[in-house]
Amino acid sequence: MEKSLEPIVKNLQDKFGATYEEFRDEVHCFVKPEQIVDALITLRDEHRFELLSAQTAVDYYPQTSPRFHVIYQLTSLAQNLSVQLRVPVNGDNPKVPTAANVYKTAVWRERELLDMFGIEFEGHPDPRRILMPEDADGHPLRKDYPLGYEEPQFTFNFEEIDLRKPYAKE
Amino acid sequence: MGVEQKLGNMGVVTTTLENVVNWSRTNAMWPMLFGLACCAIEMMSAQAAHYDMSRFGMELMRASPRQSDLMIVAGRVSKKMGPVLRRLYDQMPEPKWVIAMGDCASCGGVFNNYAIYQGVDEVVPVDVYVAGCPPRPEALIHGVLTLHEKVKGIKFADMAAESK
Repeated sequence: MEKSLEPIVKNLQDKFGATYEEFRDEVHCFVKPEQIVDALITLRDEHRFELLSAQTAVDYYPQTSPRFHVIYQLTSLAQNLSVQLRVPVNGDNPKVPTAANVYKTAVWRERELLDMFGIEFEGHPDPRRILMPEDADGHPLRKDYPLGYEEPQFTFNFEEIDLRKPYAKE
Repeated sequence: MGVEQKLGNMGVVTTTLENVVNWSRTNAMWPMLFGLACCAIEMMSAQAAHYDMSRFGMELMRASPRQSDLMIVAGRVSKKMGPVLRRLYDQMPEPKWVIAMGDCASCGGVFNNYAIYQGVDEVVPVDVYVAGCPPRPEALIHGVLTLHEKVKGIKFADMAAESK
């Protein structure tokens, strides 16, 4: 871990009981969903992490439970530092408090997470899909979402698939 | 036509109205720009000096659906692009034709996933499919000429029956 990150991680440990992992000099701090807003405020106001450079999620289904990790990548331009917060969330009815009141960027990022993973952000100002059509079914980046969408048409099954293909009318 | 040739006077040519109409439709077919992906690059080069589609009366690409009678769908059509494509198709005046250019527009190509239509024929009726990823300009020109052959064979009786 970088020297200047140590007091920051220490502060997170003391305040929120955060655990942390290191991978190739990057630090991931784990906090609980109900602590995330306070943790973000602490990092922004006390440690000058003024930029939420990425907010994303990973689906670890079926290996790990809880299956989702919501990830907040914070950057401090002033100190040239970067730290990652991770919030593990359960699969059924996943809910995390919104970060939109701390970082404005989070509004669109959280809409994307809602769209792609179905993770709900409580208190979000505009909870709509952002990428998929509004009437789309399911959340495509979940691991249990079907990978393929249509069976490929070959000579041996051409007729069979042709029958149920939704051709457009004039 | 044989009689006039023998008389040596080409001032009057007799033919059927069908032939004239279809001939004029094929030789001044105005395609609409619908470049969606890398196929559009090949479509542009088919229009440019080297391949020169104006040899077949196809040099004028229109940016407006109101002025065009052929839609060349060049590229993959995403689920959100589908309604837009259909709307533009509906805005084109009759008679109108569609070429699905490339594998993605024809059948989804390599993009067998939630975001891409598995063939633009799910959105608009397609007349000619051009295979290739992307098709070379020659292939597109071949597709256009295939469409010309189709248009030349149109009978008024069939069109009247269709419009009823």
